[in-house]
Amino acid sequence: MATRAEMAVEELRGEVSVRASGEGQRGYNRGVPGDTGVQGQAGEARTRMEPMIEIRKLNLKYGEKLALEDISLDILKHKVTAFIGPSGCGKSTLLRCLNRLNDLVDGVTITGTIRIGGTDINDPNLEITELRKRVGMVFQKSNPFPKTIYDNVAYGPRIQGLPPRLAMDEIVERSLKGAALWGEVRDRLQESALSLSGGQQQRLCIARAIAVEPEILLMDEPCSALDPIATAKIEELMAQLKKQYTIVIVTHNMQQAARVSDYTAFLYLGALIEYNLTKQIFVNPSKKQTEDYITGRFG
Amino acid sequence: MRRFWKSGDPFIWLSGGALAFSLVMVAGLVILVLVNGLGSFWPSPIVRLTLAGGKELMGQVAQREKIPQPGAPPGTPERYRIQVRVGNRDLYGADFVWVEEANIVRRDFPAEAVLIERQEWGNLYGFIKEVRDGDRVVARGPVDGWKGLQATLPGAMSTSREIRRVEKKDIGAINYAQEQIRLRMKKLGMRDREGSPEVAQLQQELETLAAKYRVQEARLAELRQSSRQSLVVSAAGDKVKELSLAQIVRAYQPNAMGLWAKSGLYLSKLWEFVAGEPRESNTEGGVFPAIFGTVMMVMIMSLVVAPLGVLAAFYLREYAKQGAFVSAVRIAVNNLAGVPSIVFGVFGVGFFIYLVGGSIDRLFYPEVLPTPTYGTGGILWASLTLALLTVPVVIVATEEGLAAIPGGMREASLALGATKFETTWRVVLPAVMPSILTGLILAMARAAGEVAPLMITGVVKLAPSLPIDGFWPFLHLERKFMHLGFHIYDVGFQSPNVDAARPMVYTTALLLLLVVLVLNLTAILLRNMLRRKYASSTF
Repeated sequence: MATRAEMAVEELRGEVSVRASGEGQRGYNRGVPGDTGVQGQAGEARTRMEPMIEIRKLNLKYGEKLALEDISLDILKHKVTAFIGPSGCGKSTLLRCLNRLNDLVDGVTITGTIRIGGTDINDPNLEITELRKRVGMVFQKSNPFPKTIYDNVAYGPRIQGLPPRLAMDEIVERSLKGAALWGEVRDRLQESALSLSGGQQQRLCIARAIAVEPEILLMDEPCSALDPIATAKIEELMAQLKKQYTIVIVTHNMQQAARVSDYTAFLYLGALIEYNLTKQIFVNPSKKQTEDYITGRFG
Repeated sequence: MRRFWKSGDPFIWLSGGALAFSLVMVAGLVILVLVNGLGSFWPSPIVRLTLAGGKELMGQVAQREKIPQPGAPPGTPERYRIQVRVGNRDLYGADFVWVEEANIVRRDFPAEAVLIERQEWGNLYGFIKEVRDGDRVVARGPVDGWKGLQATLPGAMSTSREIRRVEKKDIGAINYAQEQIRLRMKKLGMRDREGSPEVAQLQQELETLAAKYRVQEARLAELRQSSRQSLVVSAAGDKVKELSLAQIVRAYQPNAMGLWAKSGLYLSKLWEFVAGEPRESNTEGGVFPAIFGTVMMVMIMSLVVAPLGVLAAFYLREYAKQGAFVSAVRIAVNNLAGVPSIVFGVFGVGFFIYLVGGSIDRLFYPEVLPTPTYGTGGILWASLTLALLTVPVVIVATEEGLAAIPGGMREASLALGATKFETTWRVVLPAVMPSILTGLILAMARAAGEVAPLMITGVVKLAPSLPIDGFWPFLHLERKFMHLGFHIYDVGFQSPNVDAARPMVYTTALLLLLVVLVLNLTAILLRNMLRRKYASSTF
């Protein structure tokens, strides 16, 4: 484990040289993450730096147990943001706050605010189904419906009101192409989705999620049950998808975080320890805990 | 020894042995039913026995058994007796006689011996003496008589079929219409509208029907007149019997028949059994009304139990807050499956028949009272009682199916912006369909074989008409019906002629097995089709 993490760091060290931010750990709490660290990339248009998701002082309790503690961070539009941390650190819980999937769990209380595109998503007047249409999700275990491939992709659009048949064909094709699955399934759209391989099923789930054209794509350890080849395909896909979507990914695999993400947030015991440019986190973490974790000293 | 046990071999043998034992028992049952059931239609030869005293008997051998000789010294030769079906119940009084083999002097199988199946009085065994047309003799003697019978029988049989058709269909329809008009008049009378023009009009219709009835009656008389042919048969014991050809169902000479002729007869008897109406208080003829009643009752029950059980299971598993109360409900539902079926029958009588049926009668059929319409046993009430009996099975199977659906599937749907209802309707319901069908299969199998609650909620020995017929509203759910399970009990234990009815027990049991098998296979095929459509995941 240690060696793998170190390799990831080595890999990064060669190509980046970003000045470590002296007081970076405070920086993430307001505005854009690592503003000190991004100086070198100032060429990027300012508009693209606008935060898509603003999380402020988020606390989450399961019954009496505090699972997330005072979390504040901004997630940028059209970037891949990774949540890393040891098991039970709350990274999946945080992810599921973003589409309010935690509502399904009994005894969860949330305080603080989460704004997506300026809207408070915990507003009681907000239609939760509207929110979930804007925030798509891909799960750890691929979970296609026991329906045909076509019906899986068409499920979301159908829920939102049936477009005409032709338009639906187009949506299905576009979504499957978007998930890099079209070539493999174009001839068997009417077969059961469960006949696909694990990696294909996961890409189908991505196609299903993007069929409703969300703004944000949440991915909860999308590759943890896949072999390296399928994983590589999904990672490739993420690089494509971030042109259109804002992606938030939870991963256990630090190399993966290093490979695919632009920003990385390290969580530990329900608290946000460090949030910065991925390169920064892996090359020059400002916190001891972060360094210990990515070098494999614990976790 | 310990090592031997640990090796696992004894366990393999033990489990395999248990399976083998169960299979042997089931196979034994099926083979017993098959052999006895299917064998009973095969025409066995007619034997003529001359006994020691010079007495003659003629009939078919039904069975042979050892005569018990208690206290006899060892070495005593064993004695046997045979049971002969001598028929001719109108002449001798009993269908079957026991004969000790030692008393038989001579056995032969005369080729001209004829077996006549009749509408009444069971089989007739004998030799043809004369074939008559009114007072005129058409043919005489066993050989010519048989030929004469062959020539005239088809015509006579078609005439008698025509008579039955007129009686049942044409006159039956007139009677039904008359009854309906009478009831409408009574209804008008109850509303104090006796003098209204409607009554006069109904009176008019009644007269038209009476005229139609007279026309049919005349036709019937004419038909009866034309069927004056008769057959004179001499039976063993110097008896002579004259019977009208219209009485004959089937006549054949088993001793003179080849294999092909026997096979043909076998098939025709089999067909009569499956498609015909019962005769002779159910000991002869067919069981079609019972098949129809059984299948229809199971269908109605399925229509009721499937939605009821599935909805209940959905509430229990998807909506109800899991806790002590829901657990208690679940235990109660499971225990309901173990309540003796007769208890459900009693509930059916008390609740469905007296309370619900009685209320329906008072509200909608006051003109028929005191004769009950729905306030008495009927196919609807029997089906509802069975639906209640089998609803736990459907609930349990559906609930287990729901529990087996991965939570991720529901989350995926919710994450796509579906509401809980949309998720349930579009994702959970299709996924749980195979489990629902499994529950329905179990429920159907249980319902088709259940007899006790039916006996008090609407099954009868002989139903005059099927629950579906040509009279509006075509589906008569209040009618009593026949059922294969009850039929087995009836012919086996309630029959006035137990020996003659015994083969019917096996054939009816066989048929019931077949009906259950067909119903189940249909449901299983449907389920497998669904499963194939959503081939299960290997991932």
